[in-house]
Amino acid sequence: MPGLKQTGLDLYHWLDRRLGLAKPLIEAAEHPIPRSSASWWYVFGSAASVILVLQVMTGILLALVYTPTARDAWNSLNFLNHGLTLGWFLRALHGWGSDFMIAIVLIHMTQVFMFGAYKFPRELTWIVGVFLLLMTLGMAFTGQVLRFDQDAYWGVGIGASIMARVPWIGSQLVHLMLGGPIIGATTVSRFFTLHVFVIPGILIALVGVHVWMVLHLGINEWPMPGRLVRKSTYVQEYEAEVHKDGVPFVPDAAWADALFAAAILLTIMACALFFGPIGPSGPPDPTIIQTVPKPDLPFMWIYALFALMPPKLETPILLIAPIVAICIMLALPFYAGEGEKHWSRRPVAVLMVMVIAVSIAIFTQLASKSPWSPVMNAWSADAVQPEFIKGRTPLARRGAVVFQLMQCRNCHALDGVGGQRGPELNRVATRLTESQLINQVLQGGGNMPAYGSALSPQQTTALVSFLETLHGNERPAQDASQELTDSQPMQLLGGRE
Amino acid sequence: MLNNPMNEPSEHSRRKFLFKIALLVNGAVGVILAVPVLGYILGPVLKRNLSYNDWVPVGNLERFPPGETRLAQYRNPDGTPADGQTRNLPCWVRHIENNQFQIFAINCAHMGCPVHWFPQSKLFMCPCHGGVYYQNGARAAGPPPRGLYEYKYKIVGDQLIIWAGELPTSSTQASIANPGNSPCQG
Repeated sequence: MPGLKQTGLDLYHWLDRRLGLAKPLIEAAEHPIPRSSASWWYVFGSAASVILVLQVMTGILLALVYTPTARDAWNSLNFLNHGLTLGWFLRALHGWGSDFMIAIVLIHMTQVFMFGAYKFPRELTWIVGVFLLLMTLGMAFTGQVLRFDQDAYWGVGIGASIMARVPWIGSQLVHLMLGGPIIGATTVSRFFTLHVFVIPGILIALVGVHVWMVLHLGINEWPMPGRLVRKSTYVQEYEAEVHKDGVPFVPDAAWADALFAAAILLTIMACALFFGPIGPSGPPDPTIIQTVPKPDLPFMWIYALFALMPPKLETPILLIAPIVAICIMLALPFYAGEGEKHWSRRPVAVLMVMVIAVSIAIFTQLASKSPWSPVMNAWSADAVQPEFIKGRTPLARRGAVVFQLMQCRNCHALDGVGGQRGPELNRVATRLTESQLINQVLQGGGNMPAYGSALSPQQTTALVSFLETLHGNERPAQDASQELTDSQPMQLLGGRE
Repeated sequence: MLNNPMNEPSEHSRRKFLFKIALLVNGAVGVILAVPVLGYILGPVLKRNLSYNDWVPVGNLERFPPGETRLAQYRNPDGTPADGQTRNLPCWVRHIENNQFQIFAINCAHMGCPVHWFPQSKLFMCPCHGGVYYQNGARAAGPPPRGLYEYKYKIVGDQLIIWAGELPTSSTQASIANPGNSPCQG
């Protein structure tokens, strides 16, 4: 045994004599950090790097089989899922790893923001971090396209539609993005190159710079209320704290990083095992139009914004808002590079994080339901409930048939069943009089199409007759003047006498 | 000089000059190399818009009865063998009457999702963000900024032929492409 140990040591010295890396690596590992920073709050950055390694490894393994052409990509994904031992698990790891990557990167960024870690002298670390976030989102989008199924196909179409709105160079940008005039083989190989070579290359290089700066500048100390960052004194204060009350990163803080990374990897594996790979959905055949394309989870909130923005503002917002948002993130450390770090003294920062988080959560939730979209099969799939038919005249029942046949149900629900694009019609007759109903049906308005050319007079009469019965137990709406002319001619006459 | 060359900058002037020359030469080589590289990357962009387009058949006239709107498909004129099924593109063919047609792109003018035709209510509806269009392609409701994109068409024998080649978007739509001196544009 001693001989073996000696041989090992000899080998180590032989290598280090030539590599010369042991000393700087050990120094880096044992560099002192503030005792307060050895905390569970500081584990997200290292966890993101560990997931990046997982993504690179699973990505390389998937690339062994994946075929990056429009013709074969979908088949190769199905072969991975069904034809290859554990191919489904590798796809699941890569897919769930991607979702966790984005979640951890966002948590990391939020933590850095809340702890004021972007302030002097770590401005550039933050800026590189912003680009890392953009690269991560770029990986998520290009990865979604490489899962070349129906959603991916129409998702690229949405990307092209946005590019096309850029003034003057719209068509050039569309061609650049698609690699040609249509979504096809050149599009898939383009996204493959971006996803496998270009973005990961930039990502890994930037991670290197990011980690180097963390080592070079030292990890942010735990913020204390009232302890202000000043450019003139910060570095000395930090050095003093680290030397007076510092602990070596390895092992005093690194054990938490390592445990958390292991827990995240186990969670990703568990998700992969229990929920399986993500997609592919239907084949990327544009002639199959029976599809409701939706983006992956990280982009759902944007999908919701597209539906909810005022149409006139859509193009300016689409083109300007992302640039403004990125500029604000990049400018943050220059605008607020000094001063308070503690969240209890930065109410605006706390409020911003809460508003952004709640907004994104709400939009994501809305996008999962997409109430703004017509339910394409409601007219043939959701029957009019019996309570809306019971005791009605034959004309009104005929109207219920027209209501279904004319796809009104795709946008209007009855008792919660059907589309939610327009208002629910359970009690429409309490809101609109007969003539208003006729007007609304024939001329549309208020974001409803006009049905004048689609309905015959008989159908209109029947439909309105049905709609007039929809007032629950309340009194139906009536035109006041109508009431006057219908029921009070004698009184009027009498009044004159 | 051999003992301590770093302390003698004046002795270096020739090598310094040569180093600067070498940097310049490399810069020039880089620029020369960038020309074909950029040309390659921007290839799809530099190609003139209309050069992608061509007249392609969407089917026999009998397939499109007057007064009806039917789904048709065509093989995109431009493409590669690896395109597979993505080169088969759908479109909506509306036969108004007497061989008067309207050929609509499948792509919603809002975000490019596939619109569905409902013959009963005579409406196109989009599943993504709720865009709705009338039978003549005009915008009826929802977020689309305009009506459906239209292809130009002509009739050759008993074939309906359209001028197509690009994914229809607000800046690459079929209708802004000029088919030139086509003999019998419809």
